[in-house]
Amino acid sequence: MTGNNRAVTGRLAISDLTIRFGSRQVVAIDGLRLDHAEILGLAGESGSGKSMTTLAVLGLAHTVGANVSGSIRLDGQELTGLSQEDLRAIRGRRIAAIFQNPSTAFNPVYRVGTIMTRALALHGATKSEAADRATDAMRQVLLQPDLMRRYPSQLSGGQLQRVAIALAVALRAEVLLADEPTSALDVTVQAEVLDLLRDLRESIGMSILFISHDLAVVAELCDRVAVMRQGLIVEQGPAGQVLSAPANPYTIELLESVPKLAGTT
Amino acid sequence: MTEHVPASTPLLQIADLAVRFGPVLAVNGVSFDIAAGPFGLGLIGESGSGKSTIGRAILRLVRYSGGSITFDGNDVAGLRGAALKSYRRDAQIVFQDPDNSLDPRMRIGATVAEVLRAHQVVPRGAVDERIAALLSETGLDPEFAHRYPHQLSGGQRQRVAISRALAVQPRLLVLDEPTSALDVRTQAHILKLIGRLRSERKLSYLLITHNFGVVSELCEQTAVLYLGKIAEIGATSVLLRAPAHPYTVALRSAVPEVAVAGRRSRIVLPGDPPDAVNPPSGCVFHPRCPLAVARCRTEVPVLRDAAPGHQVACHRAEDVLAGADMPTHRRATA
Repeated sequence: MTGNNRAVTGRLAISDLTIRFGSRQVVAIDGLRLDHAEILGLAGESGSGKSMTTLAVLGLAHTVGANVSGSIRLDGQELTGLSQEDLRAIRGRRIAAIFQNPSTAFNPVYRVGTIMTRALALHGATKSEAADRATDAMRQVLLQPDLMRRYPSQLSGGQLQRVAIALAVALRAEVLLADEPTSALDVTVQAEVLDLLRDLRESIGMSILFISHDLAVVAELCDRVAVMRQGLIVEQGPAGQVLSAPANPYTIELLESVPKLAGTT
Repeated sequence: MTEHVPASTPLLQIADLAVRFGPVLAVNGVSFDIAAGPFGLGLIGESGSGKSTIGRAILRLVRYSGGSITFDGNDVAGLRGAALKSYRRDAQIVFQDPDNSLDPRMRIGATVAEVLRAHQVVPRGAVDERIAALLSETGLDPEFAHRYPHQLSGGQRQRVAISRALAVQPRLLVLDEPTSALDVRTQAHILKLIGRLRSERKLSYLLITHNFGVVSELCEQTAVLYLGKIAEIGATSVLLRAPAHPYTVALRSAVPEVAVAGRRSRIVLPGDPPDAVNPPSGCVFHPRCPLAVARCRTEVPVLRDAAPGHQVACHRAEDVLAGADMPTHRRATA
């Protein structure tokens, strides 16, 4: 495992990736890289291929009937072509994912703590280790550890999203795929989750692929931005540059769509 | 009390409205007016603030336990028979999620036709023509009348929901988070449509949202709601420029913005929204308020004038207006 080699740049490196459904190509990415302790924004609308890209990185694209070709490397290790067994050791552990609707991401019949410790045990932690790590991770995402005794339905959307992030932290995930993690949340709760992601990047060097249709959210959070449309990356670069001097007409349109706070009335 | 609407009689007047669900007082003494159109009132609050309940109470979709709702001078709760049917035409609602508000088994044309027939808006022979006109008005191809909801995108379905609401020529629209389920680009198109319909049809509307950005261009007035009560109400431009309630300041600062130069620091609100079953004593916002003092824990603040046409329910409004310091979370420098 090269997971501890912090000097490697391009912790997650995607090249010549294509995703197809039968003869229809839905994603074609020439190159996309996510560095250590970097937050990369992948922006685009529904149907642009951003969530399919997430599934491909997780090695789950085949479950929805897609064919993946090309290269996806984690710290230099090729993921495409790995057996499901080998992938299982990576997925969830080294590459974690959080999704838009945290209330459907948890099994409603188990307590939050049970869900967390089971996931940790699945990746090799002993019972007491799992409990300790889950508790620490809850604190790290600013949640009271006693919330672990509750059921998912007893937590708010913002709390559940933080639990999902806590699980990634407890598993010591190196890469977090965050697919529209704040789109279903109120603005103040969204702001807290964004703060948390930024803090994790700084405190534990987590690399985050942040997927969103909202360029204002991307602007708040990300170091670099890739704009996706119809399966292609139409523009990518440092966030400041892409957002202040967009080169692609589609990026410009997305930017103009963000509601202005100035007010005209 | 200062008037915050033009001198003409308001189209809708809500006075001291209360809605109770079992032990929860979801709406607790809310008052505001909606002027005759074109006019927009923004109702901003987070999940659980009671904003959707107010919208539903206006449509008589939930029963209110106190206060009054008056439309065109008539008490809405007392409407019966023909007067009620007429009110059902005058006031329409558009919900957040068109997936749930459109019948998946009905073609778009049939969905709109149902409303036209129920209210006998046009003669039987003119129904198809009117459907085509309504779809065109909201920017849809009239051919969509033959399609089913699942064959349309989310934005297109929301346009259908708006077409259906417009079919009965309403004077008041309640728009309940009409763009929250949509992509930002689609949201921009729907907001533009609302702005166009507003001037073309001289519509009045209540625009319910959790996002300040959505009201800034479409609503003259905005009310900020917290745990069933109005925290602050006034001209939208004033609330954006000079908010007098710490919660408004925090909400405003939580809205993501692209322009790095215009970025302000975000106000940190500790804790989660309060439990509506056991609301905090005094000011309901005090457990999360960065400016709370002893008085806030015991004394309920009443809604009072901060400036002409601008009301606030906060003991420390003067300090907020004077720019009192609130703890902020530093932003990343992009």
